[in-house]
Amino acid sequence: MDLVSLAVQLLNGVQYGLVLFLVASGLTLVFGILGVINLAHGAFYMLGAYLTYWISAYTGSFWLALAGGVAIAFAIGLLLEEIFVKRLYGRDHLAQVLLSFGLILVLDEMRHILFGKDVHSVAAPAFLQGSIRLTEVLSYPVYRLAICAFCLAVAAAIFFVIQKTRIGMIIRAGAENRDMARALGIPFDLVNRYVFAAGIALAALAGIVVAPISTVFPGMDNQMLILSFVVVVLGGIGSVAGAAIGALLIGITDSFGKVFFPSVSSISVYLVMAAVLLWRPNGILGQREV
Amino acid sequence: MPEVALAAEGLEKRFGGLRAVAGVSLDVHVGEIHAVIGPNGAGKSTLINLLSGELSASAGTVRLSGRDVSGLAPDRLGLAGLGRSYQKTTIFLPFTVFENVRLAAQARAPGRLRMFGGAGRDAAVAARAREAVATVGLEARGDVGAGLLSHGEQRQLEIAMVLATDPTIVLLDEPLAGMGQAEAAGMIALIRSLKAGRAVLIVEHDMDAVFALADRLTVMADGRVIASGAPEEVRRDPAVRTAYLGEDGPA
Amino acid sequence: MRGAPITGRLAAAALLAAAIALPFLVPAYYVQFATKVLIMGLLAMALNLVVGFGGLVSLCHAAFFGLAGYVLALAAPQYEAGSLWLTLPLAVAAAALAALAIGALSLRTRGVYFIMVTLAFGEMLFFLFHDTKIAGGSDGTFVYFKPEAMIGGLRLLDLEKPATFYWVVLAATLAGIALLAAIVRSPFGHALAAARVNERRARSLGFPIYRIRLTAFVVSGALAGVAGYFAAAQYGYVAPQMLGWHVSATVLVMVVLGGMRTVTGPLVGAALLMGLEEVLRAATEHWKLVEGIIIMIIVLTLSNGIRQLFEMAFGTATRLARRRPAEALPAREAGHA
Repeated sequence: MDLVSLAVQLLNGVQYGLVLFLVASGLTLVFGILGVINLAHGAFYMLGAYLTYWISAYTGSFWLALAGGVAIAFAIGLLLEEIFVKRLYGRDHLAQVLLSFGLILVLDEMRHILFGKDVHSVAAPAFLQGSIRLTEVLSYPVYRLAICAFCLAVAAAIFFVIQKTRIGMIIRAGAENRDMARALGIPFDLVNRYVFAAGIALAALAGIVVAPISTVFPGMDNQMLILSFVVVVLGGIGSVAGAAIGALLIGITDSFGKVFFPSVSSISVYLVMAAVLLWRPNGILGQREV
Repeated sequence: MPEVALAAEGLEKRFGGLRAVAGVSLDVHVGEIHAVIGPNGAGKSTLINLLSGELSASAGTVRLSGRDVSGLAPDRLGLAGLGRSYQKTTIFLPFTVFENVRLAAQARAPGRLRMFGGAGRDAAVAARAREAVATVGLEARGDVGAGLLSHGEQRQLEIAMVLATDPTIVLLDEPLAGMGQAEAAGMIALIRSLKAGRAVLIVEHDMDAVFALADRLTVMADGRVIASGAPEEVRRDPAVRTAYLGEDGPA
Repeated sequence: MRGAPITGRLAAAALLAAAIALPFLVPAYYVQFATKVLIMGLLAMALNLVVGFGGLVSLCHAAFFGLAGYVLALAAPQYEAGSLWLTLPLAVAAAALAALAIGALSLRTRGVYFIMVTLAFGEMLFFLFHDTKIAGGSDGTFVYFKPEAMIGGLRLLDLEKPATFYWVVLAATLAGIALLAAIVRSPFGHALAAARVNERRARSLGFPIYRIRLTAFVVSGALAGVAGYFAAAQYGYVAPQMLGWHVSATVLVMVVLGGMRTVTGPLVGAALLMGLEEVLRAATEHWKLVEGIIIMIIVLTLSNGIRQLFEMAFGTATRLARRRPAEALPAREAGHA
């Protein structure tokens, strides 16, 4: 395998990892701050992709799909938190697992009713189509580079909000000691609602951004769900930085796995997870001692 | 010379840059009650967690009856003769009083993980459990769910569970926490009776109880031992008075 | 209180008699449905050892279930029936081994990590069969003949007959119930329950928690394998979907529906959920939507299985009268865990 192909695979891996990070960061935030495990998270990634298809098919504009998709997903997140999720706080993980499983069945069937079983494609915005020459022999699709840049920007924004703003401080306080923070009068009902909606919106955003290159198809939610869980386990629950490390690791593993071990590439990811767990049962950046 | 049941030497625990416990050495003999006191943040809880294996020490050794048990997990220490009660009552709330203690007795019995034959069949285990329940005075409450007991009774239950494992060394973490006067008096008498044939290490804040019970006293502050010896000596030690009892401590 | 256990025993005996007599009472379709219920019930009861008694939420049991089915498909000669005496132990051993490997790794984690890790490992096995050519890839593979039970050239049982197949599955299910009931009542079972209720205290008393849980996980996986073996034999076909986590989650619903603190509760849950699915499938093309909504409602309202519904409706009198001998609560457990 020559250097050029290697570089392409590396770029693919990084790009995939960045998208994974977007999804996984939403998941790890929801778990770290709300203490709720949400198996339907992948379904929101799929929701973003389908919304993109639908909105851009109607309006012809990818940008409208981007904005509209995120807004709709956020609104749905607010609604779901109010109706279901807030009844899960403090309940055991089993209840959370089953409730989110029920939600997946509902969302999946609704997707079937609204959009059928076909595979759809979405066009990328015109100025982002085509490839760019990186070196004499290496060309890389512009859109994929755009995805990388976009995800990095979002990652930076997340980092900024969590580390440098007041709302971020509240979120971190809640993650560390919920009861104490509540005793200090912070309105956790509101914070939880917005954090959940933001988590959903992040997953949807990933789906939106990825739609032009991955196609929109039934079952895309499951694929993304499992991988985002692996990333969160690897990185440590509640740690956004951990999610970043885990996502890049998985993205690159998956990408190179597909090239070197095509028949068992899907398993390579789990083997990496098993290896990391042997070394750190709570994830790379998770708590060390119980 | 009474046997040394527990000997800790140079124990240290670092959490990142913080040294919660530094260079702590102490020992407990069979037949004595050794109390550890100190202001909040002195490192007493960390010390007890180090001794019971729930935290791993950054440095230092722990010996049980002469055997080096440093770094062993809590279940191995339990088997080696160490019993412990917790500051926050740690019992099996949904089970009855008797079942709680029976489980404790089962933990060190042969056939403790047998996968056939009812658990009630082991007569020796049941007898030991009944004995422990009687020792702490809970026979009348044997069939009551542990979650329905009063706070003081739950603390008694925890002692019964520790007793049922037939330990050589007992670690008591603030056994009188949250107890009223009458309950505390009963608990003090119970603790005193524990030292027959066993070594007892007790961490407590209740000074009356400490001076009523302790054969030896160790004072900790900022993770270190600042005094250790007979209670009367320690009481008079000026370093202790300033660090803990204050200038006008109990005379 | 003396009357209650006798009523319970009579009810159980009547139920057992009805179960044995079933092939004589109803048409073949219902016998086959009952077989399916028993198989899923066995899977659910196996899972419950880990979930209800062990307190660990595992999302990979479908992998043990499906793996055993695949072993049957692979171990049976291409166009002949496989031997029951050979293929069943092989399938169960494979499931147990997988449970040992996955359990050994997963049990190093706890809480929500455990759930996610078992989910991931279950999916790993799914991909193993889906992406490789081991057994037909995503298309799956057929089991053309039911396993045969021969001794020295003489056919002992003809599993091709629905009634015989049903009775063999019934026997396996009863054996499973007996095994689980014995385990739950044993010192091991009590230690497992203690670890669920208060892990810290159980460990401090001296119980080796990891070893106990791993043992329970392997036994549970092996029993799931028995169920998977018969599922493949009955259906005549194995596909990667059998190992998917949606199956694991559905079985979890059965466990919660029937009640987690009894051995036979999940069997009841399986009957209820599968009966519900039959009704819904006949009613609407979009039955999954309705099932999803029902599951969500169940979770939001019931924390202790369908038993809770009865208690809410009829009060505690029903709770005493319905107590059955197969029930195995840790000795003298007071109240709800």
